[in-house]
Amino acid sequence: MEKFTKLTGVAAPMPLVNIDTDMIIPKQFLKTIKRTGLGANLFDEMRFDRDGNEIEDFVLNHPAYREARILVAGDNFGCGSSREHAPWALLDFGIRCVISTSFADIFYNNCFKNGILPIKLPKEQVDALMEDAERGSNARMTVDLDKQTVTGSDGAVYGFEIDPFRKHCLLNGLDDIGLTVETAATSIDTYEARTAEQRPWH
Amino acid sequence: MTAPRTLYDKIWDDHVAHEAEDGTCRLYIDRHLVHEVTSPQAFEGLRIAGRKVRAPEKTVAVPDHNVPTDPARLAGIKDEQSRIQVEALRRNAEEFGIELYDIDDDRQGIVHIVGPEQGWTQPGMTIVCGDSHTATHGAFGALAHGIGTSEVEHVLATQTLIQKKSKNMLVEVDGDLAPGVTAKDITLSIIGRTGTAGGTGHVIEYAGSAIRNLTMEGRMTVCNMAIEGGARAGLIAPDEKTIDYVKGRPHAPKGGQWELAVTYWNTLQSDEGAHYDQTVRMDAAEIPPVVTWGTSPEDVLPITGKVPDPESFEGGKIEAARRSLDYMGLTPGQKLNEIEIDTVFIGSCTNGRIEDLREVAKIMEGRRVREGLRAMIVPGSGLVRLQAEEEGIAQRLQDAGFEWRMAGCSMCLGMNPDQLSPGERCASTSNRNFEGRQGYKGRTHLMSPAMAAAAAVTGRLTDVRDLM
Repeated sequence: MEKFTKLTGVAAPMPLVNIDTDMIIPKQFLKTIKRTGLGANLFDEMRFDRDGNEIEDFVLNHPAYREARILVAGDNFGCGSSREHAPWALLDFGIRCVISTSFADIFYNNCFKNGILPIKLPKEQVDALMEDAERGSNARMTVDLDKQTVTGSDGAVYGFEIDPFRKHCLLNGLDDIGLTVETAATSIDTYEARTAEQRPWH
Repeated sequence: MTAPRTLYDKIWDDHVAHEAEDGTCRLYIDRHLVHEVTSPQAFEGLRIAGRKVRAPEKTVAVPDHNVPTDPARLAGIKDEQSRIQVEALRRNAEEFGIELYDIDDDRQGIVHIVGPEQGWTQPGMTIVCGDSHTATHGAFGALAHGIGTSEVEHVLATQTLIQKKSKNMLVEVDGDLAPGVTAKDITLSIIGRTGTAGGTGHVIEYAGSAIRNLTMEGRMTVCNMAIEGGARAGLIAPDEKTIDYVKGRPHAPKGGQWELAVTYWNTLQSDEGAHYDQTVRMDAAEIPPVVTWGTSPEDVLPITGKVPDPESFEGGKIEAARRSLDYMGLTPGQKLNEIEIDTVFIGSCTNGRIEDLREVAKIMEGRRVREGLRAMIVPGSGLVRLQAEEEGIAQRLQDAGFEWRMAGCSMCLGMNPDQLSPGERCASTSNRNFEGRQGYKGRTHLMSPAMAAAAAVTGRLTDVRDLM
């Protein structure tokens, strides 16, 4: 899992509330053996018409937001199906951070398994950042996980809360595998060396 | 002096690579078996993180779940998603340096049949696979259980699994089996007695003279269904039969290491006075040939019995039994041996080994599959298929009216073209009779290969002893 330390980038505004995981990645794209490659179909039915042409009005089709790294979204982002394909699609597109007033539980958890930082802020702060994001490609935000701050393009700083263990894992890019490597790598090496002597046929 | 330990305690102790303060362990994994369905995202995870497979030489891959068993599969798998998954396994094995038994390789087959056959499975090892029937390998005195895709990735990357220790359960079966009664009847009868949650949180050790007297194939059948009894793993202490089975197989220890290994394997018995959290004892002589009547593997009755009245159960099981009977199209009081079937399936990791096919051939001697029945035999591996062909069994069974297929999981789980149609009733040697397991609305009765052969002859569930 890629570390999350500090992220500076364009934030795309999606004020719609209750954006569900079916919108994020429709079911026809779940027949995959991969976690990657789903970015092309992120928000597929909002982003493209039936002939596969871009729908001009959709935020990520605007030249200003094609390279967006952050989403500022309406309440209850990521509700619906538990599909981990949703964070996989966001990540594949390049989104590493979603800011909203609230997230659906499963989606929130899935984000942390995939190196995505979901940030919960009070409504007035999300509204302010939404307005900021609407300024387009000049509105670059900075998210600093270590300091637990979001800095808007106008310099306004907003602090956010996060579980210390999750913060530790994201900062260090640790998933279960990362944790095992961090805490037990030497022990595993030692174990293998010892077993190679005691039970060489293993 | 150390306290007496069970076989499970000993294998566990020998594999703890790291223990955290809260008791969470990194258990070292000696063998990792990989198949096409639960591994693609795990390999993808490694690729994204830039990780390697830590011990490719301890990892082996084989496609089994969604491969067709029609010989035409060699011209290419028609179902696109299945084909993509099998191709992905092929690519991943190559990229990460893992040995693969591909669909055109005689060694290909159901992963739990291939592991022992190739000598990957050995006593005292820890073995995992992204499949719950990994319990099968416990027949060798190996600690073996199923894992999820994230854990597959964890094992690929670290060769360990994050684990907390389970409890010990002893199932002792003593005495001699009556004629017509097999390992499958033992394992189904245990589940019938303890229930599908009886082994939850435990590793089961199977012991007693009836277990000792089983062949390795029979022991694998018993351990295979530990999972249906709620236990993630089943174990049988290794003995001469185990050692004889492993000897000379392609991945068995060679030369001086063989002697070392045998010396170690001989220490793998539970100590006198070792503690078990739960003990179940059964008399082998009292076990009859059994079949399942419902949609849970615990719905086990002697073939001489009758479909039970849901009201005879207690609590939530009353409603569950009602639902089962409705799904199965059965009425309380109906004699089990009068239930007519449409299909016979012989195969799966439970009963797809050479001994199972010999058993079927014995019952079929001088007999034919009843007119109108669909009857298929799916050898558990290409090598089982070849051996049966060499022994002449394959020809005799085809002459008797069975379809003779290529190796794979086949109709055990209906992920490939071998499926039941709605309402189709099957005498099956597989391991799960869940709703829809063998196909949408399909009806499954679990039983031994001998019993399935008897059903093939008469067209109804049949007491194999009537044909002996």
